[in-house]
Amino acid sequence: MAEEKGTVEPMSIDVGRGTRTTDVRKVDRVVIRFAGDSGDGMQLTGDRFTSEAAAFGNDLATLPNFPAEIRAPQGTLPGVSSFQLHFADYDILTPGDRPDVLVAMNPAALKANIADLPAGGMLIVNTDEFTKRNLTKVGYASNPLEDESLSQYQVHQVAMASITRAALEPTGLSKKDAERAKNMFALGLLSWMYHRETEGTERFLREKFAKNEAIAEANILAFHTGWNYGETTESFAVTYEVAPAKLATGTYRQITGNTALAYGIVAAGQCAKLPVFLGTYPITPASDVLHELAKHKNFGVTTFQAEDEIAGIGAALGASFGGALGVTSTSGPGIALKSETIGLAVMTEMPLVVLDIQRGGPSTGLPTKTEQADLLQAMFGRNGEAPVPIIAPRSPADCFQAALEATRIALTYRTPVLLLSDGYIANGSEPWLIPNVEDLPDLSVQFATEPNATDGSGEFWPYLRDPETLARPWAVPGTPGLEHRIGGLEKADKTGNISYDPDNHDKMVRIRQAKIDGITVPDAEIDDPSGAARVLVLGWGSSYGPIGAACRRVRRLGMDVAHVHLRNLNPFPRNLGEVLKRYDKVVIPEMNLGQLAMLIRAKYLVDAVSYTKVAGLPFKAEELQDVLIDFVKGLDA
Amino acid sequence: MTAIDLGLPQLGGLAGVPTFDGKQTAKDYKTDQEVRWCPGCGDYAVLAAVQSFLPDLGLKRENIVFVSGIGCSSRFPYYMNTYGMHSIHGRAPAIATGLATSREDLSVWVVTGDGDALSIGGNHLIHALRRNVNLKILLFNNRIYGLTKGQYSPTSEEGKVTKSTPMGSLDHPFNPVSLALGAEASFVGRALDSDRKQLTEVLRAAAEHRGSALVEIYQNCPIFNDGAFDVLKEPGEREERIVPLRHGEPIRFGADGQHGVARDPKTGTLKVVEVAEVGEDNLVVHDATIEDPSYAFALSRLGNHNLDHTVTGVFRNVQRATYDDLARHQVEQAKAAKPANLGALLRGKDTWSVAAD
Repeated sequence: MAEEKGTVEPMSIDVGRGTRTTDVRKVDRVVIRFAGDSGDGMQLTGDRFTSEAAAFGNDLATLPNFPAEIRAPQGTLPGVSSFQLHFADYDILTPGDRPDVLVAMNPAALKANIADLPAGGMLIVNTDEFTKRNLTKVGYASNPLEDESLSQYQVHQVAMASITRAALEPTGLSKKDAERAKNMFALGLLSWMYHRETEGTERFLREKFAKNEAIAEANILAFHTGWNYGETTESFAVTYEVAPAKLATGTYRQITGNTALAYGIVAAGQCAKLPVFLGTYPITPASDVLHELAKHKNFGVTTFQAEDEIAGIGAALGASFGGALGVTSTSGPGIALKSETIGLAVMTEMPLVVLDIQRGGPSTGLPTKTEQADLLQAMFGRNGEAPVPIIAPRSPADCFQAALEATRIALTYRTPVLLLSDGYIANGSEPWLIPNVEDLPDLSVQFATEPNATDGSGEFWPYLRDPETLARPWAVPGTPGLEHRIGGLEKADKTGNISYDPDNHDKMVRIRQAKIDGITVPDAEIDDPSGAARVLVLGWGSSYGPIGAACRRVRRLGMDVAHVHLRNLNPFPRNLGEVLKRYDKVVIPEMNLGQLAMLIRAKYLVDAVSYTKVAGLPFKAEELQDVLIDFVKGLDA
Repeated sequence: MTAIDLGLPQLGGLAGVPTFDGKQTAKDYKTDQEVRWCPGCGDYAVLAAVQSFLPDLGLKRENIVFVSGIGCSSRFPYYMNTYGMHSIHGRAPAIATGLATSREDLSVWVVTGDGDALSIGGNHLIHALRRNVNLKILLFNNRIYGLTKGQYSPTSEEGKVTKSTPMGSLDHPFNPVSLALGAEASFVGRALDSDRKQLTEVLRAAAEHRGSALVEIYQNCPIFNDGAFDVLKEPGEREERIVPLRHGEPIRFGADGQHGVARDPKTGTLKVVEVAEVGEDNLVVHDATIEDPSYAFALSRLGNHNLDHTVTGVFRNVQRATYDDLARHQVEQAKAAKPANLGALLRGKDTWSVAAD
């Protein structure tokens, strides 16, 4: 570290110099939130700190939170962008409820985030932005840095912009450009405080600004300036060490949900030995799946940015008809547009993977915020009886396996499959234990090659089913002798000819339902360490982290609680009904108004209790802990 | 014109589609399904024309796919003994785009109608044409909604009295050829259901064209819009109205070839003239390969919805790289540049290891 500092120009500010010893305190976990204007580079800053924490071997979880506007008016509350990072020396489940450290780059960031900082928490503010004008813009009557309103926090006032500007003066960069590097100053300061390596960030900045060496070096200088500021000023008496986490043996990388999903699709194509065809239309927060897949054409991946959501899924279904792995990616509003084509895929019984990265709804709703409110849309959002399997990943890294599982079901059962991720896990990241390619499942499929009619006619019957899976044959164009026509009209059993016969329709509706009901899915796993719990908390999808963390907290307080987290939402695991009946109380927390609870109550006649919040943000472990304690105590009373 | 020059040899529309060595007849393309169009429907004639011309292409039947949307004409795939999909209202071009892009070895045909292609599916049609996907789109235009029992369509003439417009329709209709040319379709043709010879010529040219080919087929609906195109079929009338296009020949029509098409020196656009007045040398010699679509567009504007002058034949037939060829080329380029290594992809650049205790 000392060698690193040697390369930095002396700062032109009057700070105490020379090596000084600070106390080093070992902590098991820390939550840092970087908050600033959406133009301040907070996402980049958070990402970088995350990469260093990952490289150091901490377990981590992140929560980016940004406005839907690309550049909301500067310095306003709607323009605040933040990135929260939780890193620890043990396995953690969430990005943390409340920050231990809040870095606020301007008054708006302070105002929007201060309520989340617990008393005694550390607040680092960029004082340069606390001008009368900026304070007025967000409704501060007086400067909170000068009145008593922040007295309950450890406040560090740092003139980040002017120090950075002064430090960068020798580079000849304009004042404006120099000030833009203040986020790297903040990163440097935090990196010092938490004993992070600096080489990774230097390398990253040199790569990122490879086309402009001056900018790269200026950012590195700003980063070092922040590091030195911590080292040399007296204001920070303590630094912190968070040791590497003892995770399962193996090789890890940091990954976001959308990247994991895209990798899962690439891997699924390889495991199925099929070309992948993604037909899609850009939509927040799903577009990164398209961006990522577009980079991997060398794996036989074709990405088609269609004219609309309907064309995206239509093209994917067309590719499936031709024998490719058809995939479409979208968010809730896109699912609404795609529902007719999903229905056609149900009727024509062709494989199709539909990725829904849920966001706040209804309508345009909250594009950059998270929600789990598309479950019933996924389950029922089509005309007629149109059952579709549903898979929901539980964490960013789990998106990889969920994509493989969705593909397995789509190919095995010749059906569209809906995968419900959401904005929280799509943009959030965590360490991922990288799987060995040899351990990935074999998803290879058998196309039909021969006529199959059972009446000796030598014909091909496209709706003759596999007795085990009820899947129909997948006969792709180009196969001689199997020419056939499919479509949205009702099909006669076996032959697949158009049929308006009432009894046939009744039969086909039931067969399509039975096929989905009969899909093999893993049993629900119960997390009930003491085996003595009477309260079961049942969750699905991205709430795994907060629910799991809340259960741990409840148990640490000496109470018993069981947790089941559903990845397969249609069909449910076979053992679910029996599991639910073992508990005196079933609590279902959801980021909607009780959609899973409705399904569970209807299917199992269990008096499940719904706990819901639709605030655009994930649950906090703390609030779920309180809810669960109430239920546990309520039963005991 | 081509935005991306691949340096690839110029391909025909059917390049890459396996050929059949034996003899095929129209019968080979018929299915055992009972054809369920109304008696006298123009669709029968088109079906017969397609079934009898396909054997001439000499393709393997299993490598031909018909994709349709919803409407009377969209039943077409059920009657073709090829692969087929009867899909969703308006969406056939999108579905066919995915199929054609992922399978170079297929000859993909879209069958659609004026409602399917121009109302609910208007967006997909123009984008398929813009991209120049190697699809042959047969647009059956009967200027009416048949399957929903007789509402006006986006090609119905203004003031059309139907069940949904008892006081007359208010909308200005589309001219499908003009629309396709506006989207810079690389091949646009028009034919009548009743003129088997010309229909077959246009279909064959479309099949041989690499890229999107739109063929508008005027088709009679005997139930809800009977006789809509009768003036183009009646002896005496038809010669005065139909302006047939032949590549490389002066544009002339009339029983004795007395009418023709010439440039209006004042406006630069095209107009119908009397050959005797302007002289044969001043007639426009039809060239379907002119890059600028405004020439073909001007041809499409010679007549109006009253069918006074109805231009038929191939308006435009130009070469432009197709979306599907380009998309496949990108995949091949990427494969050649960087062999697929899933392990390396999953590992990425920054990893760390946790060792066993």
